[in-house]
Amino acid sequence: MSLQLMTYLVVGATFALYIFIAIKARAATTGEFYVAGKGVHPVLNGMATGADWMSAASFISMAGLIAFKGYDASVFLMGWTGGYCLLAMLLAPYLRKYGKFTVPEFIGDRYYSNIARVVAVICLITASLTYVIGQMKGIGVAFSRFLELPFNVGLGVGMVIVFIYAVLGGMKGVTYTQIAQYCVLIFAYTVPAVFISLHLTGTAIPQLGLGAHMGGDPNNMFLLDKLDKTLVDLGFHEYTLQKGNTLNIFLYTLSLMIGTAGLPHVITRFFTVPKVKDARSSVGWSLVFIAILYTTAPAVGAMARLNLMETIRPTSGANAGQWLKYDERPEWFKNWEKTGLLKFEDKNGDGMIQYVGKGNKDFENEMVKVDRDIMVLANPEIAKLPNWVIALVAAGGIAAALSTAAGLLLAISSSISHDLLKGILMPDMSDKAELMAGRIAMTGAICVAGYFGMHPPGFAAQVVALAFGLAASSIFPALMMGIFVKRVNNIGAVLGMLSGLGITLVYIFWFKGWFFVPGTAMAANTPDNWFLGIAPEAFGAVGALVNFVVAYVISGITPAPPEHIQHLVEDIRVPGVVRR
Amino acid sequence: MSSDSGGEYWKANIRLVLGCLVVWFIVSYGCGILLAPALNSIHILGGYPLGFWFAQQGSIYTFVVLIFFYAWRMNQLDKKFGVQED
Repeated sequence: MSLQLMTYLVVGATFALYIFIAIKARAATTGEFYVAGKGVHPVLNGMATGADWMSAASFISMAGLIAFKGYDASVFLMGWTGGYCLLAMLLAPYLRKYGKFTVPEFIGDRYYSNIARVVAVICLITASLTYVIGQMKGIGVAFSRFLELPFNVGLGVGMVIVFIYAVLGGMKGVTYTQIAQYCVLIFAYTVPAVFISLHLTGTAIPQLGLGAHMGGDPNNMFLLDKLDKTLVDLGFHEYTLQKGNTLNIFLYTLSLMIGTAGLPHVITRFFTVPKVKDARSSVGWSLVFIAILYTTAPAVGAMARLNLMETIRPTSGANAGQWLKYDERPEWFKNWEKTGLLKFEDKNGDGMIQYVGKGNKDFENEMVKVDRDIMVLANPEIAKLPNWVIALVAAGGIAAALSTAAGLLLAISSSISHDLLKGILMPDMSDKAELMAGRIAMTGAICVAGYFGMHPPGFAAQVVALAFGLAASSIFPALMMGIFVKRVNNIGAVLGMLSGLGITLVYIFWFKGWFFVPGTAMAANTPDNWFLGIAPEAFGAVGALVNFVVAYVISGITPAPPEHIQHLVEDIRVPGVVRR
Repeated sequence: MSSDSGGEYWKANIRLVLGCLVVWFIVSYGCGILLAPALNSIHILGGYPLGFWFAQQGSIYTFVVLIFFYAWRMNQLDKKFGVQED
């Protein structure tokens, strides 16, 4: 069976499954639409959160990022998992106890201020919308590369699928499809990793293979030592050693952790479990399911990099120490050249491929472009795995993008229908009308996301930093202080959010252009210009600190929150009923 | 806050969270970042330099264990102070 037919079958089968689940899990009330009726089992919610959280970027790009950055990519591994500790201990159980539908709703109630609620809604929509554009693009790319459909057709198919299950089912439909999507994506991710680990180290568990000897033979070098040596010999930096500035690595990790804990589409997932107790354990299960992929990714990254280096310049066998002749390049190399993600330029005209780092004085680097996304997508081909594995990777990538997109779209639509319409503009709206408004808002959000997916703004790659920066500097501190510091009042919280947000945005825009308009940056985005060497992506942690300090100080010099708010805080701090 | 039953419970909760966050900090920012260069001279599980292992594997495993430990201890505290649901 041809690869293309196989891919159509596998992807088609997963779609049929998603739609089947959607029809089974329609939402009939706002409670079901926003929080799946609070009836989701904590382990299943963990799986759904895993799919919700792991996007096209985690599935496709992260291992490639690790492959090319080595140790320095640890910021993503620790940052995107460590946030779940903060979520479990500082936010999720308390917000579940509060028991309402959205994140801005808690902020509005706790700070008895519609302004606070609107600020939270704006942060939520900006963060989620920027994020969802990337997913839409991912869906289009996956379709066009594997099914050879035009990009816009692929994107359209993806939009229709999301429309069917998210608009019909709301949180309930999204949750159950995400569980199925998690299974598809984790299977698709680990199968090639196991094959490659077996092939390189004779160890079936990639997490152990990464620490093992080459070929599983104790007389051989360790895989990581071999990779370090291969890279250094060609003028690259050591794989396992730090390259960047320590302060930047520290703050980058912290920003990603705080940002992760503050992303509304993730927080809302823990509103769907029956009890406070379930919210605590459910965060743990989420991280278990996420960790399966996140601990496999470093192995995939390192092994893919080694395979790539060995293909271009083998260190053993008949051609040891010789550069690969361009005419003898393998089939996958040609396929990826066609996509433009892999580019070779024969600078010295010798017909051979020299792939070297900046430290190499003998050659110029001729691999002009090696896109990091290739690493996961081409891995099965490089390792010569059967066609069904390649088809599975396509289905997995699409599942990762669809599940994250649906979670984000749900967060956007509920903040519009529940916070803006029902909460502020039309408080008298009936449950039925609100449900309809939620569905219309969802449809609108899908169309906007689809439009941006087809016409990606030039800054598409930059906006993920914005999403995490916003969540870290505005939403996380407001939520945490709302629970842990009773004294913080409306004025303190609003000024804290605005100043944290403000300083983070200004820092990002300073180096990336005002509102990402090209040519308006105040300074070149290079480490020499950064304040203390802190990258714009790593500045969210500083914004969060500013938010905490401003909110605390201003609250101290303005009147304390009214008594019913103090009672509200006491209530959410205990799982059961407070007896006064 | 003096009269409500949450006082001692809340203090025990804060102590637990702080303890967990100290471990959270040590495995990631400590072993995975600040001390990583020093720890890399030690190898574990075969060929993993220890600092590198903490940054790309060990910290993640510890996070998982920490959350379940926290959830288990909190459920105990809920019962001890009689503030559990239902």
